[in-house]
Amino acid sequence: MPSLKELKGRINSVKSTQKITKAKQMVSAAKLRRAQAAAEAARPYAARLTAVMASLAAKVAGDSAPRLLAGTGADQRHLLVVVNTDKGLCGGLNSNLVKAAKAKAQELQAAGKQVTFFLVGKKGRAPLSREFPGLITGGFDTSTVKTPGFAEAEAIANELIGLFEAGRFDVAHLIFPVFKSALAQEPTVTQLIPVPAPAEAGKGDAVVEYEPGEEEILAELLPRYVRTRLFGALLEREASEQGASMTAMDNATRNAGELINKLTIQYNRSRQAAITTELIEIIAGAEAL
Amino acid sequence: MALHFELVTPARLVRSQDVHMVVVPGTEGEFGVLEGHAPFMSTIRDGAVQVYAREGAAPEVIEVRGGFAEVSEAGLTILAEHVEG
Repeated sequence: MPSLKELKGRINSVKSTQKITKAKQMVSAAKLRRAQAAAEAARPYAARLTAVMASLAAKVAGDSAPRLLAGTGADQRHLLVVVNTDKGLCGGLNSNLVKAAKAKAQELQAAGKQVTFFLVGKKGRAPLSREFPGLITGGFDTSTVKTPGFAEAEAIANELIGLFEAGRFDVAHLIFPVFKSALAQEPTVTQLIPVPAPAEAGKGDAVVEYEPGEEEILAELLPRYVRTRLFGALLEREASEQGASMTAMDNATRNAGELINKLTIQYNRSRQAAITTELIEIIAGAEAL
Repeated sequence: MALHFELVTPARLVRSQDVHMVVVPGTEGEFGVLEGHAPFMSTIRDGAVQVYAREGAAPEVIEVRGGFAEVSEAGLTILAEHVEG
């Protein structure tokens, strides 16, 4: 049975923890709104780019297609680009991402492929390097800027395209969280390089003139497309992080409240018990006289 | 006599309005787009997009970097990576 003083100390410490989690929850809620608005604002660009890509890719299929679209012809070396958050306190978000990355890597390794990792964000680094020592070839630190924007996506894309041109990998997969709601963020695995051919074929209605040429435009478009995909992934990560954080901190605040109630009852009981004992002692003493 | 003009960057939709004419700095030379232009697609070089809201009006100049322009029946869409201002 802890003493009254110990109980009081514990209650106070849980109270200050609750204050922290509550503050973090409110900050996340405010940031989530902003992150969602940013993700919303990025949609028109991505949608238009995908539409243009689809109509062009259908026309420039075959031998003349750029390497970013056609691939290296091999399917041996795979690169997993894992987008994690930089900060913790967001529930199971990062461990779910790492789990998805691990599952994909093991699936590829079982099929006899070589797997390497490229990590964006801090949080996935430790668990993945424990699981796959020596396979992490590179990474990009997004913790130096407050909100990763297009400049960061551009830097990541340029590095990846550089690695691809240097022949360091054949296929790149992008693993990132997709924001469904504040309660659900789904780790998603998609192929990044070579750019998967869009499903919808070109509309083929009017004859479109191209300047300079279809291939030149496509060659310029593909790196842009990769950049946009990464930018989208960063935005989704931002929204997911804030959403997950909000939910996790809401739970933590509620748990702290329950714990405080429990401890307060325990504290009052022991206080009552101490008073009763004292009274009995006094009465017993008076009766003995 | 109106051309629907949209300027989009990865971060946001910068412009979406009906204008008289837009002059776009294409890689192979500047070109003006009026309403009813034939379907056309071009990469653009870094430079100024001039937007003429009305015929004869002074152009509004928007600096863009990296991207391409697409003309379809729906109008002119410029996808640029960076927009100044």
